[in-house]
Amino acid sequence: MKVSNFAKFGAALMAGVFACAAAYADTIKPAVIYDLGGKFDKSFNEGVFHGATKFTKDTGIKFRDLEIQNDAQREQILRKFAKDGFSPIIMPGFAWATALSKIADEYPKTKFGIIDMVVDKPNVQSMVFKAEEGSFLVGVIAAKTTKTHTLGFVGGMDIPLISAFECGYAQGVKYAAASDKVISNMTGTTPAAWNDPVKGGELAKAQIAQGADIVYAAAGATGQGVLKAAADAGKFGIGVDSDQDNLFPGHILTSMLKRVDVATYDSFMAAKNGTWKAGIEVFGLKNNGVGYAEDEWNRTILTTEAKKAAEAAKADIIAGKIKVHDFMSDNKCPV
Amino acid sequence: MSTPLKPLPAWADVALIPLINVTAAFVISGLVVLAIGENPIEAVKILIGGALGDLEGLGYTLFYATSFIFTGLAVAICFHAGLFNIGVDGQAYLGGLGAALVCLYLPLPGYSLVIVAIPAAALFGAAFAAIPGYLQAKRDSHIVITTIMFNYIASALMGYLLVNTLRNPKQMNPETLPFPRGGTVPQLFELLKPLGIVWPDTPLNLSFFLALAAAVFVWVLIWRTRLGYEIRAVGVNPTAAVYGGVSPSRIVIITTLLSGALAGGLAVNVILGSEHRLVLEFTAGFGFVGIAVALMGRAHPVGIVLAAILFGVLYQGGAELAFDMPRISRDMIVVIQGLVVLFAGALEHLFRRPVAALLARRISQPPI
Repeated sequence: MKVSNFAKFGAALMAGVFACAAAYADTIKPAVIYDLGGKFDKSFNEGVFHGATKFTKDTGIKFRDLEIQNDAQREQILRKFAKDGFSPIIMPGFAWATALSKIADEYPKTKFGIIDMVVDKPNVQSMVFKAEEGSFLVGVIAAKTTKTHTLGFVGGMDIPLISAFECGYAQGVKYAAASDKVISNMTGTTPAAWNDPVKGGELAKAQIAQGADIVYAAAGATGQGVLKAAADAGKFGIGVDSDQDNLFPGHILTSMLKRVDVATYDSFMAAKNGTWKAGIEVFGLKNNGVGYAEDEWNRTILTTEAKKAAEAAKADIIAGKIKVHDFMSDNKCPV
Repeated sequence: MSTPLKPLPAWADVALIPLINVTAAFVISGLVVLAIGENPIEAVKILIGGALGDLEGLGYTLFYATSFIFTGLAVAICFHAGLFNIGVDGQAYLGGLGAALVCLYLPLPGYSLVIVAIPAAALFGAAFAAIPGYLQAKRDSHIVITTIMFNYIASALMGYLLVNTLRNPKQMNPETLPFPRGGTVPQLFELLKPLGIVWPDTPLNLSFFLALAAAVFVWVLIWRTRLGYEIRAVGVNPTAAVYGGVSPSRIVIITTLLSGALAGGLAVNVILGSEHRLVLEFTAGFGFVGIAVALMGRAHPVGIVLAAILFGVLYQGGAELAFDMPRISRDMIVVIQGLVVLFAGALEHLFRRPVAALLARRISQPPI
């Protein structure tokens, strides 16, 4: 009895050692390098942080992260991470493209991930989001909720990526109610436009003055000013990227979710399990890469009718019955 | 109470006071580092080691220093004429436009392209500085206000051009197509490779030597030429300068033009020397750092070169610090840089009086 117990313990110990060894072999050194917007922007970069944090919680594998201070650092920091053996290294933001193209060649064995941009290298995973599909759905919800039949949109920096949000939103609105009006403004033409909540608030106020009763913000940290202005005026705001419904409970109709957290988590997980693949990964409605938020904060304001319309549109988009035009394909918007 | 003190000896003015100021800044920074639970001695080791400890660090340090020498000189030359040019950032930004237009649209063979692009950067920088200079000279619009506002104009103009007309259609990022090879300032590691010297891949490029040449040029100009004498005369007392036959408005315009041209050097270093394409916001506020560099270097080219290298150390070492000590975020690095600016610039006179008093006592003590 005693012997067999001891043997069992021994076997368990051995198994444990092997398991550890196996786990060690699996161990990866993941890293995230945020864009200039910063780690805690309550939106895009923070979503990546949440995804990586969840990965650490689920697997116990820690990740390193860093915020850069200026553009000159991109290449330097990225090379440093690669040299120190980090892999996969995920970078949120299209601004990384040029630095990544260079470093990916220098470190062909390192796995890299970039969000919102395609970098065509054999060791880079490009994660792109069909933001127009998610924006279409919140457009439908907005059109079904508005009383003034005027909807607002405040974008961050004036680039095609954000025009794709605007265009998807407008298509959704027109799909649900062809005669509704959409007022759009961009905050600016420089990256400062991502972090200017005061100007965002002013633009939202101007749109509300023109009759808008729902304002959709796709503007990074600027969006907080937009949502606050809408909430202060007793109107509705629509959040973006992360679930922002709890920022001003009762005044955020919903949030257009861009699941950068899921993309980050999946990429790290795939690297850990040995299934990581380079190439383009598209996140759309079909694989829940984009969507709209529904939670305890907006349950009372999101009407069943709006939700039903959004769900129907979602099914139609997935089935291919509704084609949402991607602004970035031809830099034009049909509506 | 405040009795006038004898002026400090030159060595104390140029070396001792800045040294005390920087030390004070580092002591306070050390306390901040201590407060967030990291070892300040270790932090200094990482900062200095990361900036000067190996060739790669040194390359980045000198790359940043090159930018700061140009912007520091641009601010300093205006100081000598009693002008405060806050628009170096915007002038450098426009300088980048000049360089990019030459590199993208002029069909010149080989490196003759960059030989034209460098003066073009200076020319565009100078042209953008000319307007505030003219307004100051002829319309008495204060140059501090106009140059601040011109930074916004530069930002908006470049944003518009990069988003709407110059953008590489394949890129989401507002940036132009890459320049042809002849439109780049050669980087040091490329030049040293054929000689068998291994220098790590850093953006340090020949602009560094151009910056040193610019420092020599400014020294000669200010202290060894008639124009430099006139600039200083206007800076000390414009009314007296008129009495001496100098036209202050002419000097104001010439000085701001020179300042803008020097600001263009930042674009030469960053755009032609490192990025090899025009990108949005490439100046990264380095034009404003130039103000601190000029103050710290006491508007003297030697002081500016030294101060620029110190700021290069802070920038490069700061990046290493954020990398090696995750608890020190990028905002902490800005705090440390800010403290150096505060002590070297704003509180420059904090230690001046005690030091002067101390020195005066020591000098007066020995019996004659």
